[in-house]
Amino acid sequence: MQIYLPIAEVSVNAFLLLGIGGLVGVLSGMFGVGGGFLITPLLFFVGIPPAVAVATSANQIVASSFSGVLAHLKRKTVDLKMGTVLLAGGLAGAWAGVAVFNLLREMGQVDLLVRLCYVLFLGVIGTLMFVESLRAIRRSRGGAPPKRKQRTWVHALPFKMKFRTSGLYISVLPPLAVGAAAGVLAAIMGVGGGFIMVPAMIYILGMPTKVVVGTSLFQIIFVTAFTTILHATTNYTVDMGLAVLLIVGGVIGAQVGTQIGLKMKAEQLRILLALLVMAVCAKLALDLLLRPDELYTLAGGR
Amino acid sequence: MGWRALLLLILLALPARGEEVVAGLSQTRVAITTNFSGSEILIFGAVKRGAPIPQGQPLHVVVTVAGPHTPVLVRRKARRFGIWVNTDAVEVDAAPSFYAVATTGTLTEVLNDTEDLRHKVSIPRAIRSVGAPEGVGASADFTEALIRIRSRDGLYQMHPGAVDLREQTLFRTSIALPANVTEGDYTTRIFLTRDGAVVDAYQTEIGVRKVGLERWVFTLAHNQPLIYGILSLAIAIAAGWGASAAFRMLRN
Repeated sequence: MQIYLPIAEVSVNAFLLLGIGGLVGVLSGMFGVGGGFLITPLLFFVGIPPAVAVATSANQIVASSFSGVLAHLKRKTVDLKMGTVLLAGGLAGAWAGVAVFNLLREMGQVDLLVRLCYVLFLGVIGTLMFVESLRAIRRSRGGAPPKRKQRTWVHALPFKMKFRTSGLYISVLPPLAVGAAAGVLAAIMGVGGGFIMVPAMIYILGMPTKVVVGTSLFQIIFVTAFTTILHATTNYTVDMGLAVLLIVGGVIGAQVGTQIGLKMKAEQLRILLALLVMAVCAKLALDLLLRPDELYTLAGGR
Repeated sequence: MGWRALLLLILLALPARGEEVVAGLSQTRVAITTNFSGSEILIFGAVKRGAPIPQGQPLHVVVTVAGPHTPVLVRRKARRFGIWVNTDAVEVDAAPSFYAVATTGTLTEVLNDTEDLRHKVSIPRAIRSVGAPEGVGASADFTEALIRIRSRDGLYQMHPGAVDLREQTLFRTSIALPANVTEGDYTTRIFLTRDGAVVDAYQTEIGVRKVGLERWVFTLAHNQPLIYGILSLAIAIAAGWGASAAFRMLRN
């Protein structure tokens, strides 16, 4: 069934969009990532203009994260205090990210830099997570109890705060920085930023894996909501029709994903996410390295 | 067919001089609705003449449909440091968002170069490009790329021999608007040619517009962006919460 999207100005199969939403929703529920890093390229493939894809995926992430975060709040696996600190950083980061994005757009190299950002971040994080998860699995097979992180540079910083749900007493500066980094990425790459925030929360902040997913979803909701409003008011690129289709698929997928996530071990979850991140990274890297079929692209055609 | 009889009546009723086009369109408005998947426009007409059909070269008909002209930035990639990067860009000053040419024969056969230049009929002529910036060179490559990409998307179409001409008097053709057309006034032109020269021309507009919900969403997004943004979020949150609540009920 073809459906005409009012803002994107293209006609797309409605079930295809529902399917994309559902797939990304499953991932969102399983891993606590917004799925923007997957939904944005998928929307390019079905012919949605990039600007609309980026802005609308931000809107879709709000919805899929909302049902996810509700499920986590019920199970009390959200560190609200930590989430608020991350959010404060995230809003500032999103604001700065939009400014950088507009600057790059004037230079005409936004596409390239966004792609390079994807390859760089996904590559580094995917590899790190993969190696770490393998090590964790080997440790648990060996029977040795997983060691809690020792004191690192994170613990030496000032402005300490108690995060009871996470069982942490650390400085607010690292969470603020992590939140800000996710916010910048949300604005530049059109992603929720979960794929950078989740590992950062585990490896830098040392948060327990159980609360990481819910807390990152909590931060992502507000940052992507803010990004949606920014895109809607500056570029008019949020497509309500597209968003509704992605959301309907996404909210159902998220529920399924949350159930799958509960049944799997944290190490298994992490290794799956690492593989997924590396696969997307490889695809994007190939696009940059191989000679494209069409050397020319059109812009400003509307 | 009804329209033919009607046209013949009009033909007979009007005083004639030389050869003139009398034309009709199956629709002068195209409504883009939620389930819009393209539209076929039937363009038909007749040649009105006061004298018998002239001897010699046969009559030909050229029909063009053009969407609104907008500037387009064409970028070219080149390999830099091992990766493919946008290096050069040329702005094409005005290119139609949609362009279709249907003719009774091949374009070179029915229209000579001078007339093509004057009326801007062929696809390269319909695109206006003042020239490439300093140092880029080969601006023609960029215009060619524009035509290639839009042709692939079904936005630029050439249909030689697609106009059906009966006894040098009645003609008709159909132009398919793809689903990815944009809003605007689409100019439809009909040329009568003999020996490559234009004998008569006719021009009319087809209004391509979004209607209903599509119209409302588009207008709101552009006129009240903040309200639109907040509404999008409200829908997103309502859907997210609604599905969550529905799943909870299902489980209990």
